[in-house]
Amino acid sequence: MKTDDLIGLLGSSFEREPVRSSGMTRRLGLAVAVGAAGALGLALAVLGLRPGLMQGRPLLFLAFKLAFAAAVGGLAIRYLARVARPGGESRVHLGIAALPFVVVAALAGASLATMPRAHWHGQISGHAWLECLVSIPLIAVVPFAVVTWAVRRFGAPTDLVRAGALVGLAAGAVSALGYSLHCMDDTVPFVAVWYGGTIALCTLAGAVLGPRLLRW
Amino acid sequence: MGTDARAFVLPLGGRESARDEPARDEAVRGESARLAAVSPAERELRGLLLASLAGSAVDYRRFLERLGSHLRAYYKGKLVRSGRADTEAEDLVQETLMVIHTRRHTYDVTQPVTPWIHAIARYKLIDHLRHTRSAAANVPVEDAGVLLVQGDHVAAESSLDVERLLALLPLKMRNAIRSTKVDGLSTAEAAARAGMSETAIKVSVHRGLKALAKRVGGTVR
Repeated sequence: MKTDDLIGLLGSSFEREPVRSSGMTRRLGLAVAVGAAGALGLALAVLGLRPGLMQGRPLLFLAFKLAFAAAVGGLAIRYLARVARPGGESRVHLGIAALPFVVVAALAGASLATMPRAHWHGQISGHAWLECLVSIPLIAVVPFAVVTWAVRRFGAPTDLVRAGALVGLAAGAVSALGYSLHCMDDTVPFVAVWYGGTIALCTLAGAVLGPRLLRW
Repeated sequence: MGTDARAFVLPLGGRESARDEPARDEAVRGESARLAAVSPAERELRGLLLASLAGSAVDYRRFLERLGSHLRAYYKGKLVRSGRADTEAEDLVQETLMVIHTRRHTYDVTQPVTPWIHAIARYKLIDHLRHTRSAAANVPVEDAGVLLVQGDHVAAESSLDVERLLALLPLKMRNAIRSTKVDGLSTAEAAARAGMSETAIKVSVHRGLKALAKRVGGTVR
């Protein structure tokens, strides 16, 4: 086929199908919100709501966990919307996406510094570190699938590793959001290690899967 | 073209003055946007694309034609050592045109257009090299400005054969597209030949083209 013929074909199909305006952030944000609803539903259905969540220390720590997860998720959406466009990877500073992790790690360090070394182990491993380690990545599968679908449909990333990593980051953050409604552990070091660690794990998994799942 | 050029210079100028804050990264990015904006290729393609996104089919056709020759120069340059550079380049030109057509909504109208095109062209080139010569996939990222125009608008035949593509379609769509797009009949003539209404021909052509674009260019939205 001659290229001029192809241009004729494409040009004539354009006349009947004017392009709609883009709004990448809105579309991907919506996908993350749908994924968040899925993660929340899954966490509540499988793990259940923590009793006495709405009072005193549990409520304070719920707010802390939610703020951390929301900050990570918000940055992930912001950068994902850029990376989802061709060439968008040049407009992304992934260091900023690590900022919430740095802040929480610093808070954890400060919290540990105020107490005797004998308490450190209990502060870090909490009641249910294993449950947290397993739950967050598993719950993240749902938002990961939704956001991957959205990036494939609306985007055209040219740096698939970075795009995958940001999909994983968003999925992990949203999953942590859901898990926090069940989580029994109320220490800053626990959140830093197990929330931060599992979200980082999701990011890594996304970076590995990106080149396969996001190709176009 | 004069009005087009003015139409796009204004928003870019506004962006420049809006980013006076002393953030170094922003300044660097603004600088590269400004450089891209003054290149003639950027000026022409951006003007045409913005006009087409606003609904001008004539400008869109022109955009694709200009884009085709830029892409041809780019791919020929990259594939010059390959034995069949002309055909391979033409395949890639067509594939990239398809992809730019189906993914044109990924263009951010506040940004310069040549980096967007270059990113897509480079992505498709790497994809192609990975499939053909896995060892040769090192394409420098930094030459975004090298989408040069050369007066080589030769109608090189690509190996994407129109008949082979048409064979993928149902009979009705195939005949409608062959009559109107390959044999060059008008819609009325094609309708008379097929014994269908004009509307039915238009619908068949539209659906057929969509299906074709999907076959060749990956997902269509």
